[in-house]
Amino acid sequence: MTTRRHLIGLPIASLFAAALVGATSLGPTSLAAETIKIGDINSYTRMAQHTEHAKRGMEMAIAEINDTGGIGGKMIELISRDDAGEPGEAIRVAEELVTREGVSILTGTTLSNVGLAVASFAEQNQVLYLAAEPLADAVTLQSGNRYTFRLRPSTYMQAAMLAELAVDNPAVRWATIAPNYAYGQEAVAAFKAIMSEKRPDIEWVGEQWPALFNIDAGAEVQALSAAEPDAIFNVTFGADLARFVREGADRGLFENTFVASLLTGEPEYIDPLEDEAPVDWLVTGYPWDIIDDPAYVEWLDAYRARFDDYPRIGSIVGYNAILALGAALEVTGGSTDVEALIEAMRTITFDTPQGELEFRAIDHQATLGAWVGYTTLIDGRGTMRDWYYAPGADYLPPEEMVARLRPASD
Amino acid sequence: MGPHSSPRHLDKTTLGFFLVQVLTGLSSAASLFLVAAGLSLIFGVTRVVNFAHGSFYMLGAYFGLTLVALFGDWFGRGHLSFWSAILCAALVVGAIGALVEMTILRRIYRSPELFQLVATFGVILVIQDLALWGWGPEDKLGPRAPDLRGAVFILGQPLPRYDLVLIAAGPVVLGLLWLLLNRTRFGILVRAATIDREMVGALGVNQAWLFTGVFFLGSFLAGLGGALQLPKGGADLLMDFTVLAGAFVVVVVGGMGSITGAFLAAVLIGQLQAWGVLLLPQSTLVMMFLVMAVVLVVRPFGLLGRPELVGHGRQMLDDPLRPTSWRFKGLVLLLVLGLAAAPLYLGTYGLVLLIDILILALFATALHAIIGPGGLVSFGHAAFFGGGAYAAALLVKYAGTPMALNLVLAPPAAALLAIVIGWFCVRLSGVYFAMLTLAFAQIVWSVVFQWGEVTGGDDGILGLWRAPWVRGRIAYYYLVLGCCVAGILALRHGLSSPFGYALRAGRDSPLRAEAIGIDVRRQQWAAFTLSGAFAGLAGGLYAYSKGSVFPNEMAIVRSFDGIIMVFFGGVQHLSGPLAGAAALTWLKDSLLRLEMWRLLLGLAVIAIVILFPQGIAGFLKQRFGRFVGIRSELSS
Repeated sequence: MTTRRHLIGLPIASLFAAALVGATSLGPTSLAAETIKIGDINSYTRMAQHTEHAKRGMEMAIAEINDTGGIGGKMIELISRDDAGEPGEAIRVAEELVTREGVSILTGTTLSNVGLAVASFAEQNQVLYLAAEPLADAVTLQSGNRYTFRLRPSTYMQAAMLAELAVDNPAVRWATIAPNYAYGQEAVAAFKAIMSEKRPDIEWVGEQWPALFNIDAGAEVQALSAAEPDAIFNVTFGADLARFVREGADRGLFENTFVASLLTGEPEYIDPLEDEAPVDWLVTGYPWDIIDDPAYVEWLDAYRARFDDYPRIGSIVGYNAILALGAALEVTGGSTDVEALIEAMRTITFDTPQGELEFRAIDHQATLGAWVGYTTLIDGRGTMRDWYYAPGADYLPPEEMVARLRPASD
Repeated sequence: MGPHSSPRHLDKTTLGFFLVQVLTGLSSAASLFLVAAGLSLIFGVTRVVNFAHGSFYMLGAYFGLTLVALFGDWFGRGHLSFWSAILCAALVVGAIGALVEMTILRRIYRSPELFQLVATFGVILVIQDLALWGWGPEDKLGPRAPDLRGAVFILGQPLPRYDLVLIAAGPVVLGLLWLLLNRTRFGILVRAATIDREMVGALGVNQAWLFTGVFFLGSFLAGLGGALQLPKGGADLLMDFTVLAGAFVVVVVGGMGSITGAFLAAVLIGQLQAWGVLLLPQSTLVMMFLVMAVVLVVRPFGLLGRPELVGHGRQMLDDPLRPTSWRFKGLVLLLVLGLAAAPLYLGTYGLVLLIDILILALFATALHAIIGPGGLVSFGHAAFFGGGAYAAALLVKYAGTPMALNLVLAPPAAALLAIVIGWFCVRLSGVYFAMLTLAFAQIVWSVVFQWGEVTGGDDGILGLWRAPWVRGRIAYYYLVLGCCVAGILALRHGLSSPFGYALRAGRDSPLRAEAIGIDVRRQQWAAFTLSGAFAGLAGGLYAYSKGSVFPNEMAIVRSFDGIIMVFFGGVQHLSGPLAGAAALTWLKDSLLRLEMWRLLLGLAVIAIVILFPQGIAGFLKQRFGRFVGIRSELSS
């Protein structure tokens, strides 16, 4: 018995050693003076399909900045941490980044509630936080604060982009299906409000709320078809979307029914559907291979050369997040003084593969847009047709709405 | 949204629609039944609550995906190729399950009951990272079964063809299992072991192989469930947890150890889900747990379950409590002094980590009070942790009350919740008690999650600012240290008082305890409430340490964290939860920044569990106890 225990003891001892090394060796180093540290918090284990590409985007942007001499002579260093999809973990990781690594800028984050938790942390600890991915409107509206900026177009903005085309469809009877959590609820509320304002004749005949990542697709499709809608607004994504699309196709739900669907055109979600990707759905997305803007194509080639893989929406978000922070740091001359950074973030315009972007001063929302179009199948692969880039600046929440919802702060 | 729009026009409630709705419910019951049947078998025979069962389901889906593609290349895409790939995937998963049993669980059967679930938690972590490494992060679309695309029409209503396969699969597997259990020697042994394991062992049956065989069968069924659902969806890295809760519910509603019960429960839940989605679309989060709560309140052992036999299975024997020696008290004092001096030698982040550890240690100690001395394993204690956190947050949001008051009010709020939940739960014992607490915790969670106008839903409640006098981390650390040390000492004191003795008497021998005039249930109810109150205090402190509150604080994962800390540290020892919380939090924090940290953490947990089958505190006591004047009479 003892020998056996010794045999087990060896790997465990080395594990503890690894843990100790991990705990001690990563303390503040002498490099601290020469680099600008950016802390990246992401759900690397819980949402691996997003975060892997976001990280690549960030790495690429950092390499580009550092290859041209950094900012004010300082190199940028990215320190990444996994939040395991838990807001509480994210806060501890944020504390670790700030107190032990000496990070003064936080970015990344995938899930909305993690984003909101970090936003609250940023306000309480006076750290600059650029929420790259989270979509919740609250990040810049109800829970907005002077330390938090957001890059990606919010739920409201994406719903507004879809609604713009959806109103032209003659459908009158609309049903909705959205995952039963804040993002789904916000998206449905925003879409309904915008649509009903433009088209008072629309009748909302049903709402379905499957549990996130645990959809009972057969029952949901049955329930939707019982409502006999002419059109459906879909917010499900990921594994739920695949199940919903299969079940809906098999049960004929989408025949003669117009579908408007959030995010479905993003490669993260449409690629896994392979040749069963839905056709003629109105979606927001990212048709990465057919955008022909020269600046974008140059970026695309560089990305593919570097990673031997094509970009996803996460890549764009990660890349642009670092560009934004780089531009702000350029203005402050590499200083990470938080007040100077906030001032810079509010005034910068930065050049990206999606054109010039900026943050609106009144709510700190970036003007990054999204691509809107219809899904189609080409060579057994889902992609978009008749798409166009909807610049975020055209869909920002109205100033009156910001004034009403965002807490007063300077 | 006019009033006419929300109730569904069921102008489709023709016979056809009704029939297809029923069949849809039946088909979604199939996978659930397969997974639950395996879980139920494993628990019935080995008494292992296998948290990793969902991981076997996930592996079944991934292996199915790979094998269908592989066999398709080798033998063409016909029926034979597809179905044999599904079967092989299940066999592979069965073999993995048997391997886990032989290499890990077999070594720790002598540990206290339920200790094995910590090892299965380690297995979950390992499999999560291996699956990510092996199949990549992207969701995978499942292959279609040959010739089963599209729908058949039943009285004019479409039903996917593949649903017919699933609807048939449930009864077929049930029949085969019945034959196996009733017509083979293996089956007879399995049934005998489910009823009285010791007797089967005494009669000379090789338990080791019986257990391995049951693990193979149980994992095979989980793998089959995962592989069979491929044509309805696919494989993704989150399916292990999403299926787990459902499987537990089905097992418990059916009655632990009853396969037929699991089938009935799966059918019942499949139907209720299908109709619930149709008639009450918001019910998706809570329906399953409501059903479980109702069934357990009405039928405490599930639909077809039997009462657990008293006196069978391992009793949780722990050393009789005796006054702590002066040397041990000295050691505790030294520890507290060391912690009080922490700001002198630890960096700011060290304090942040210590705050987390202290709070979780208080939570685990509170949980341990009901698990250890109470003998009742609660799977739903996050309700009280989160309850305390939300009590504080809601007070800030709606009453604007100061922090000190909120921290004082958090424990009574959690206790109130515990009084209500405890009233239902203490009627049950063993796994049924555990699952009823889980059900109530899920119901509380879904109320918080869904009632967005009041609780902020999953966007949580932000902006919990600490009072100025503890705004700084060091000051807050001392507050947490004071509260946690006081809380832990108070709990220890309570458990060493007549109250604690009466509680332990009720655990060790309910009949004798009743005979000498102890109202066992009331004693347990009181202990449950007390435990809830301290968990609430931990929750309140946690809320203010993070500055925001989210429903995650009352989710299943948080409850499981607590359980794992208690068992990891050693359930038979009052210091166990402290050791467990410290070790697990520190390990996780240290590994978190490494690639594949879940794999490393999982391996570490498994290794520690095998090395220290009495838990960390048990090991320390055994090894070093005599130096501080405490000795163990139960060692070896």
